[in-house]
Amino acid sequence: MAGASPITPARAAAAGGPGGSELLEAKLGLAEFLVASDNPKETAYRSLEWLAEYGELRRGVCLTFDAESGRLGGLAAVGVDPAAVERFTIEPDDHGSRILSLALGRQTDHFDDTRAGSPATPLGRGRYLAVPLSGRIGRETVPTGLLLLGPPTDVLREMAGWLGGILGHRLARLARLRQALESDRRLRRERMLIDTVPDPIILTDTEGAMLVANTAAHRLFGSVEGESEGRRRAVALNNMLFSSAVPQGGWRSDAQSRELLLVDPQEGSDLLFEIITRSVADAREGTAQVAVLRNVSDLHRATEQIEENYRRVRVAEAEARAERDRLDLIINSVADPIVVSDPGGAIVMMNDPAERIFSVPEGASPETALRVRANDAHFSSFVSNLLFGEGTTRHHGGVSLVDPPSGQALPVEAVSGKVLAEHGELAAIVTVLHDRSEQVEKERLYEELKLATEQLEQRITQATVELAEQNEQLRRSKLELEAASAAKSQFLANMSHEFRTPLNAILGYTSMMLQGITGPVSPALEKNLRRVDSNGRHLLALINDVLDISRIEAGRMPVTLSDFELPGLIREVLAELEPIITRSRLSVRSELPRRMPALTSDRPKVKQIVLNLVNNAIKFTPSGSVVVSTSFDARRKETAVSVTDTGIGIDPEDQERIFEDFRQADNSPAREYGGAGLGLAICRRLADILDGRLELRSRPGQGSTFSLVLPRKPRRR
Amino acid sequence: MKGRKRGSRAPAASPPDLAAMVAGGELVLLVDDFPDNREMYAQYLTFKGYRVAEAGDGHDALAKAGALRPDVIVMDLSMPGLDGWEATRRLKADSTTRHIPVIALTGHALTGHAEGAHAAGADAFVTKPCVPSDLAAQIRRILDTKRR
Repeated sequence: MAGASPITPARAAAAGGPGGSELLEAKLGLAEFLVASDNPKETAYRSLEWLAEYGELRRGVCLTFDAESGRLGGLAAVGVDPAAVERFTIEPDDHGSRILSLALGRQTDHFDDTRAGSPATPLGRGRYLAVPLSGRIGRETVPTGLLLLGPPTDVLREMAGWLGGILGHRLARLARLRQALESDRRLRRERMLIDTVPDPIILTDTEGAMLVANTAAHRLFGSVEGESEGRRRAVALNNMLFSSAVPQGGWRSDAQSRELLLVDPQEGSDLLFEIITRSVADAREGTAQVAVLRNVSDLHRATEQIEENYRRVRVAEAEARAERDRLDLIINSVADPIVVSDPGGAIVMMNDPAERIFSVPEGASPETALRVRANDAHFSSFVSNLLFGEGTTRHHGGVSLVDPPSGQALPVEAVSGKVLAEHGELAAIVTVLHDRSEQVEKERLYEELKLATEQLEQRITQATVELAEQNEQLRRSKLELEAASAAKSQFLANMSHEFRTPLNAILGYTSMMLQGITGPVSPALEKNLRRVDSNGRHLLALINDVLDISRIEAGRMPVTLSDFELPGLIREVLAELEPIITRSRLSVRSELPRRMPALTSDRPKVKQIVLNLVNNAIKFTPSGSVVVSTSFDARRKETAVSVTDTGIGIDPEDQERIFEDFRQADNSPAREYGGAGLGLAICRRLADILDGRLELRSRPGQGSTFSLVLPRKPRRR
Repeated sequence: MKGRKRGSRAPAASPPDLAAMVAGGELVLLVDDFPDNREMYAQYLTFKGYRVAEAGDGHDALAKAGALRPDVIVMDLSMPGLDGWEATRRLKADSTTRHIPVIALTGHALTGHAEGAHAAGADAFVTKPCVPSDLAAQIRRILDTKRR
């Protein structure tokens, strides 16, 4: 259309038939244009215009076959609506079409569109020349289209005949060119397609030489200019590995897969591929082999990862199992039965104590099984309280269970708690049962204990009564004893009197005889009489001592207190003992401090004690001295009269014994040293009556010191 | 022997059996139910120049004291029948015998006896055993005291 001028009938008529050179010129111009143009449409349009100018054409249309579909369609037109022309098509299988058959014909023909109704072509009714167009492709002549031209004048026939030959060839060439371009484009697209596939794809011939390879394959197998030595080697190695991997010889049409280890030319790292090969046969190309490599390095890593993950899962699982075992251990170590139920109330887990109640042991008797079922039923009904209780998460109460083997009642206290999952839905129910048997037993024992205590109390009350009776009896006995003691003392007093009466006669007559009143006394007689007198006096001393003891024991030794001074008392004692002192030839003296506080006590008794102590000292001192001294302890307000001798002394083990009745240190009563042996016993009793005490310090062979220690004043009795 | 001077006060008219007793110094009435003791003291006191009368019990003592009017009475307290205390009380209650000193003699060393004797009116108290010389010394002291 470019550069085309409108064709009008007037111009064609005015032309009036071209002259020879002019026409040749026009033909040449058109031929040059046609050769130069590679646009079919433009070519067809220019050709129709030319016919309108030089061939008396008024209305005409150029139809061409589409190279791919074989459809006959309008390409260009003059003198008709171009839109109608473009819409006009005839399918290749429209065998009844007159136009199609004209297009496939070889000669110029006539086409008369005289049909009533719609015209067969956009040209409308009339008579037209039909010029089939054809061209050679290779050695083949193929139809390329049809020119319908009107009105069918001779000039037009002639011009159209010439033009038709050129145009047919030209359109055939353009169609061929277009086809080639199209094919090339398609090829490029396909190339793009396979290049975008990340997996290397290789087409090899039967010898294994690569025919086609996509970009991914080129990266592995293709050499490029200026490549590094490393890459060159890697590529060479890859090619070698690939050749050995693809099947040589026996081609198989079914796909085969194997693993192929290659080297990444860029990275130098190992790449693991799965290679799938398949033979393909093409009529023109012959047999070839397609190899698709799939990179499974990542897959391999993924597999390893999965294995690692699996291993971790196993470890985690083992840990979880161990955790659960530990939990089981803990739960089982709890003496109280623990039961875990699912939300449906079915038991899913329990510890050993619970198993004894809720599971039938192997080889159990039918009764045992029955009891276990009963336990189960009771337990279920307990748990259902929680299952159907709205909003409660805990349930507490007693359950009546029995010990399955024995059938004994098991009073059990149970607490059920809901275990909720993350979103608050019930996951499980944990029930802890607490055996109350022990408690019940304790209560029973407590009752028994209480009873026993009451009985004991009764017995104690009884015993107390008995004890009171016994006390009363004892009191009576004591009174009786006291009476008996008094009677004894009275008896002793009487005996003493009865003893004294005959003794009075013995001593009296002896005394008279010794005085010579009854006649002269020979020395031998006098000696014997003195022995009678001595023994009589000893007997008297014995009687007196016994009397004293019995009086003290009977509590009938009255204490008469007075104030007196010790020096005078000591002088009296020494004076009374003068005959004995003279006989003993000992140095007996008193060492008295100048001032002594006055003493309040029973003077005769103090004198009796001091007399006894001095007498004893003289008696048991063969030689040396006897010293009577006094001292006063201001702090304790105690006065002491001490009698120190240089006598035989007393063994420590005997020092307490000598205060016993009828004792002397040598355990020989009044034998060697005379005396009743009651002296110290009486002294101690008298000191006691006076709130004082007798003290003794002595070492055998070094003498003794007896001290009478008296308070300043006795306590009031 | 100062006591002998007191002997002159003895009554001149006396029964013959008593004359021998009166012939000596002062008259001592020995009252004791136990003859051995009584005769022992009598023997010693006679040896010492006293005149001695003896009584075996309380009643005998009262009778002889009234009849003989002794210078001193030695009274054993424990006697069957009328005992020494009662006899002493009666002697001291009788105006004719009240002035005669009584020396109580007892085998009981218990203090109660001495107090009882004093309460009964005894002038002195002597505990058995008492050798004859000691009793004589006591008699002498009593008589000397009474004479003063």
